[in-house]
Amino acid sequence: MPLVYAGVCSHAPGITGRADQADPATKDGFYAAFDDMRAAIEASGAEALIVIAAEHFANFFMNNMPAFAVGMADFYDGPIEDAAWLGIDKFRAPGNRDLSKRLITEIMHTVDVAYAEEWKFDHGIAVPLHFLTPRFDLPVIPVNVNCQGPPLTPIGRAWAFGEAIRRAADSVPEKIAVVGTGGISHWPATPDSGKINEAWDRDFLDRWSRNDKDALLDYDDLTVYADAGQGGFEIRTFLTISAAASGATGTVHFYEPIPIFAVGCTIASYKL
Amino acid sequence: MSLYYVQKFLYELNRDESLQKRYLADRSGVLTPYELTDEETGALVDPDIGLLFHLGVNGQILMHFAALHQIEWADYLQRMRDGIESYGPVREGVYAMTGYEGVDAHAESLGQESLAVDGSGNTGQEEG
Repeated sequence: MPLVYAGVCSHAPGITGRADQADPATKDGFYAAFDDMRAAIEASGAEALIVIAAEHFANFFMNNMPAFAVGMADFYDGPIEDAAWLGIDKFRAPGNRDLSKRLITEIMHTVDVAYAEEWKFDHGIAVPLHFLTPRFDLPVIPVNVNCQGPPLTPIGRAWAFGEAIRRAADSVPEKIAVVGTGGISHWPATPDSGKINEAWDRDFLDRWSRNDKDALLDYDDLTVYADAGQGGFEIRTFLTISAAASGATGTVHFYEPIPIFAVGCTIASYKL
Repeated sequence: MSLYYVQKFLYELNRDESLQKRYLADRSGVLTPYELTDEETGALVDPDIGLLFHLGVNGQILMHFAALHQIEWADYLQRMRDGIESYGPVREGVYAMTGYEGVDAHAESLGQESLAVDGSGNTGQEEG
């Protein structure tokens, strides 16, 4: 079936772990936008949710770092973080090994991906799932793009990966939703945690909403690092969604910098 | 210098509850299989969050190690700032690649106020 939903959201651990320290009105607005995103995914009739994440050394390390990885299991456990620290209880999320295998097989025709029959979710996937499928009743297919351990996945390859995901999703009978989760500008878990370059974020989101491929690929890592921090490398997940929704334009449903969450909190989607 | 093995240990520690228990019972003993300098071993045993950040440990790995030691978020951020103050710029890894020298210099380069005044990550400026 043609892809039924494509969107992006933030995933910072503070969103759930430090919720009590944020301005309540801003936090509530952000949470409401997450609720709307969940409603839109449910309304799409999605039978599986692909989460394009930038995991943070929970499964993949510099001893064998894939540029792209896709989960291929019937269940996934999380979060690896202390439940109280993250504000999310330990859970087991359903997967769909057979569907993953068919998607991976198709993707591999154009993009080399690693597959993983086990995968422990960190906050990068656990936080979005906490809002988007809180009853864990929608099969999840985790996907990772290396945004953490240089040399990173080139952004042009992330675009090609997004196109491959779209082709694969369209080729299976199931209705597929895709959500990318990452940055935008932020300096997570560093002395600069809490710093957010709002102007940079808004410029990026303008390019993302227009789905302007040339503008979205006009970034290099040194400049991104200087302007948007190492967390800015996670734009790869947003770009992957843009490619998967190539030709569609998007809407930013929510964007507000929330320093205690260490990121400009974002919810956006494409009109497919 | 063996940043790779410092991070390898922390990566394995972060995702393995049995290793966490063994580490908390015998901090030095569990480090034996890793190729570490005395400085690195000391930082992992103490633990010295500031030194580990100075050595180049990725914050996404380091924050879980701090949480294991019950170090609160604001304290964790401050310990990294203190590490840069005490030991100097980050030596290696992703934070060293553009000559990052700490929170004040970084804020200045972006034309923003430093966050170092308030260790919570709140700027004191609404939505700032």
